Amino acid sequence: MSEQVFKPSRADSDLRKKLAKAGLDVQACYQCGRCSAGCPVTPFFDLLPMEVVRLGSYGIEDELLSSRTIWLCASCETCTTRCPNEIDIAHLMDVLRQRALEQGIKPAEPRIAAFHRSFLRSVRRWGRTYEVGMLAAYKARSRDFFGDLLLGWKMFRRGKLRLLPRKIRGRRQVKALFTRVEKGKRK
Amino acid sequence: MKLSYYPGCSLTGTAAEYDHSIREAARLLNIELVELEDWSCCGASSGHMTNVNLGIELAARNLELAQGLGLDLLTPCSACFQRLRAADVALRANSQEEEHEPYRPDFSVVHMSRFLSQPEMLKSIEDLVLRPLRGLEIACYYGCLSVRPPAVTGAPDYEDPQGLDSIVRALGATNVRWSHKTECCSGSLSMTRPDIARALVGNIIEAARRGGAGAVVTDCPMCQANLDSRQIDENESGRPRLPVFFVTELMTLALSTKERPRRWKAHLVDPGPLLRELDLQASPSE
Repeated sequence: MSEQVFKPSRADSDLRKKLAKAGLDVQACYQCGRCSAGCPVTPFFDLLPMEVVRLGSYGIEDELLSSRTIWLCASCETCTTRCPNEIDIAHLMDVLRQRALEQGIKPAEPRIAAFHRSFLRSVRRWGRTYEVGMLAAYKARSRDFFGDLLLGWKMFRRGKLRLLPRKIRGRRQVKALFTRVEKGKRK
Repeated sequence: MKLSYYPGCSLTGTAAEYDHSIREAARLLNIELVELEDWSCCGASSGHMTNVNLGIELAARNLELAQGLGLDLLTPCSACFQRLRAADVALRANSQEEEHEPYRPDFSVVHMSRFLSQPEMLKSIEDLVLRPLRGLEIACYYGCLSVRPPAVTGAPDYEDPQGLDSIVRALGATNVRWSHKTECCSGSLSMTRPDIARALVGNIIEAARRGGAGAVVTDCPMCQANLDSRQIDENESGRPRLPVFFVTELMTLALSTKERPRRWKAHLVDPGPLLRELDLQASPSE
């Protein structure tokens, strides 16, 4: 979608190693375009799914990690399901997003990053999602104060929003799980 | 029949009516549901989308809770279902390696419409119908995560699933043929990018209308919330909105003649007018 010319000579082999380790054989892509034809979010992307795969195989990381596409991907798994070469493209998006976060790269869609952070904070604290607390945290982080106020009110009137969190007994266990994963340890 | 039950966070909040109708439908079908003790969030999209291992471990905690019960785990939320299945696949693969604990589950994770559309279940549903949903033309909407990717979900008919369609027929309604059964509604972007959600929901609702449907039915709480809420602001053309049902809500309507005036109170698009027009619900004054 972009007019920029990418050359494999700029390749960064570190990214390719990382992708291979995650079981992603991006070199298998022959650019048939099936992933991009079926993706429902492409009109809003700055890189098509097939371009993400190609940049991955070139090892060009900057453009990938600073793209909107890795944040806008809704993880609907249509690309993964239809790829004739069994490249798990939705998983590729996950790996790239995680890498962008680890490298502290400013998300091209900050509201989406703020949403994920608010969601996971809530799970870490209560063991389950606490919608009202999560919404408040998301609004504060994203500065999206006025979006969906009317919808929120309608949902509240219909009893869809609980004012108090449902905490679980195993909260400590869940917190420990988060800490362990963040330290990069597998159970 | 007895199943363990993992409601998931949505069903304790924004999709409480899905949870209520599941418990009611299970009672009518004589199925005992045992809620998984002290279950936790599966991590949903935000877990695996920001940290691959976090996504697996949050879901895996619940698989551990289900171990030893010997009961299949009914997981009505499509996202929870797909996350639990993905963790199941990952644990099985890890289990092959020596440094990991062995994982031998005595249960499988099952999703709503696939469970209810087994031949013997369909037969019992048909036998129990007291109020056939005649005249109700409905688009069965599956969304993404109960069917994709098939390597995780085990869905045999992932491009043109049939589970909801067969249940709707068993209830006496008509399942329309339409194009958008498994097109994503972008539920995970609904709050952060409502513009995208409005566009995608608009396409899906338009496709349902084109197929001749007067309503939509789904078995995913995120799809229901997104289709129900984003239709409200999408609808500039002034065309009538389509009510969006949970499959178990239609079941409780068809399998019981009890009139409950506040049955649809959680719905943003009120199904009342359509159901009264089809004589499937008494008018409020009666």
